Amino acid sequence: MTVYSLGEYRRFRGQSGDFLYLVPSGGIFSLDEPSAAVLDKLSDGPLSRTDLIGQVSQKIGYSPVDVAETVQELCQVHAIRDGSPISTAPQQLPEHFPLQTLVMNLTNQCNLSCQYCYEFGEDKIATPEGKKKFMDWETAQCSVDYLLAQSEGRRSVHITFFGGETLMNFPMLRQVIDYASEQAARKGVKIDFSLTTNATLLTPVIIDYLAANKVGVTVSLDGPREMNDAFRVFSNGRGSYDIIEPKVRELLARHHTRPIAARVTMTSQAMDVFKIYRHLKHDLGFHEVGFAPVTSSANRLYSIGVPGMNDVFSQFGELAQEYLSFALRGELHGFSNVSDTLAELHQGVNKSHPCGAGLGLLGVGPSGDIAPCHRFVDSDQHKLGNVTTGLDKQKQSDFLDRGNIQSKTDCHTCWARPLCAGGCHHEAFVRYGDTGHPNLHYCDWIRGWTHTCLEIYGALAEKNPAFLDYFAERKAV
Amino acid sequence: MKHLRPVNRKALRIEEHVAPREDDVVALQNPAGPKPHIPMGCSLVFFPGWEVDSAGGTAGLCQPVERDLFDCYVTCFWPAHVPDHLNNSPDWTSKCAVGTKDWRNVDIVFP
Repeated sequence: MTVYSLGEYRRFRGQSGDFLYLVPSGGIFSLDEPSAAVLDKLSDGPLSRTDLIGQVSQKIGYSPVDVAETVQELCQVHAIRDGSPISTAPQQLPEHFPLQTLVMNLTNQCNLSCQYCYEFGEDKIATPEGKKKFMDWETAQCSVDYLLAQSEGRRSVHITFFGGETLMNFPMLRQVIDYASEQAARKGVKIDFSLTTNATLLTPVIIDYLAANKVGVTVSLDGPREMNDAFRVFSNGRGSYDIIEPKVRELLARHHTRPIAARVTMTSQAMDVFKIYRHLKHDLGFHEVGFAPVTSSANRLYSIGVPGMNDVFSQFGELAQEYLSFALRGELHGFSNVSDTLAELHQGVNKSHPCGAGLGLLGVGPSGDIAPCHRFVDSDQHKLGNVTTGLDKQKQSDFLDRGNIQSKTDCHTCWARPLCAGGCHHEAFVRYGDTGHPNLHYCDWIRGWTHTCLEIYGALAEKNPAFLDYFAERKAV
Repeated sequence: MKHLRPVNRKALRIEEHVAPREDDVVALQNPAGPKPHIPMGCSLVFFPGWEVDSAGGTAGLCQPVERDLFDCYVTCFWPAHVPDHLNNSPDWTSKCAVGTKDWRNVDIVFP
């Protein structure tokens, strides 16, 4: 006798209809009346086929044939189970995974002394002592060659410049862009560039160069003066806002070849999401604003804490509703956390790892040492190799095995795992001392956020599906 | 799928993946190509015109009996059963657009 029970999914509503987010596949389906009724019935407990079809068809007045069809469809997508075994064997990572992005930390030096900095702050993991402070030309050239050699089979590759403060090594940045563009053209590969900066060193000449070379720019800043200057300070303690504000305005006025984004680190002194967003988007004119809570061990002066995060999260929800009202009118809103999540939901990603670190993305420090990503650069403990000698495959596979969702048993019952996959490796290391530890301190917020974005996705699928085409090409990170 | 509507890209791929299992078995089915698959040459073909259904009639056959007209008249030439469309009766079915509906318009031919 076939007995049906519920499979793994998250059910949510759009504006008027019901939807299913299937776990772990990441598929999103909309439900009609019979399929919703079958799921409602099974939520009371498993039922035999005869009972299920009989009771549902009697309740909603559909023919047993219709209900049987519905049951078959729900079973095929694994929203309900009929007792037959489902293969849960993880897909093996391909033997050779070509590199796509190289994050080059051109220097580990910075002209600011932000107190929460993961490179220099209390939770730092970098061990830069005795290493080069600025990347030299030989190492930079080697890094570009390494990227192009290891990205065999890719039609486009990406270099992101990072630091320290990236622009403290601007001459090297220019040299790398010239060389990498030339080498990529020779190989017939498309290449593009982006950088993250604190904006203190921007000049009209630099801005024009970045615009002419279509270099994407992300500016790290934390909002209006009082919030930004709480922790983003020079070494003498002076706030950086007054220095960067005119430079950011100049950047936004002159650089039009790529969208310019602001990246906000949320701290105990920068928690007013609306105020920060309005200032950065409307007063300064950034195209997009992305928010991330500061990475810290618990109880730092700048960490947000649970009550603060709950408050931040409810503001995220409100700003996300504003995003939805824009999107329903077909207008782009600048809250990029929503866009990023919608892009992943649209693709239906089902991640084995939280991000591409150590796989399609690597970080390289001024010394040429390779790290899983920019956040681990210059840390001896996390070194995966060197651009001159290549990757240590053993270390790489240790890092990837730890970070794989298969080894994070805490995550195996969570419906948000297709997107989260346990969360940032670096955050996990700072909190728990293990890059493969699930980030259990933010599970509830991740689930809440994913649900909010599912509802937005559902509403758009119902009322303005054309808007979702925007995400067809947006990179799902 | 009739009751579940795929919304995102992954759902479309899931639908594609399960779709083949959903189809009923049909006569002359060919997994790779269009259905039903008609092999070349009438000697290979299993046609309903010479069959009866489980009740002894032709109404329940998986393909309408009237399609026989065209199988002999256009795709093959079998003068013992139907007029030949190449030389003597090129317009024999001109009033018969759909075999299953218009077969009454096909008249007897006296050579």
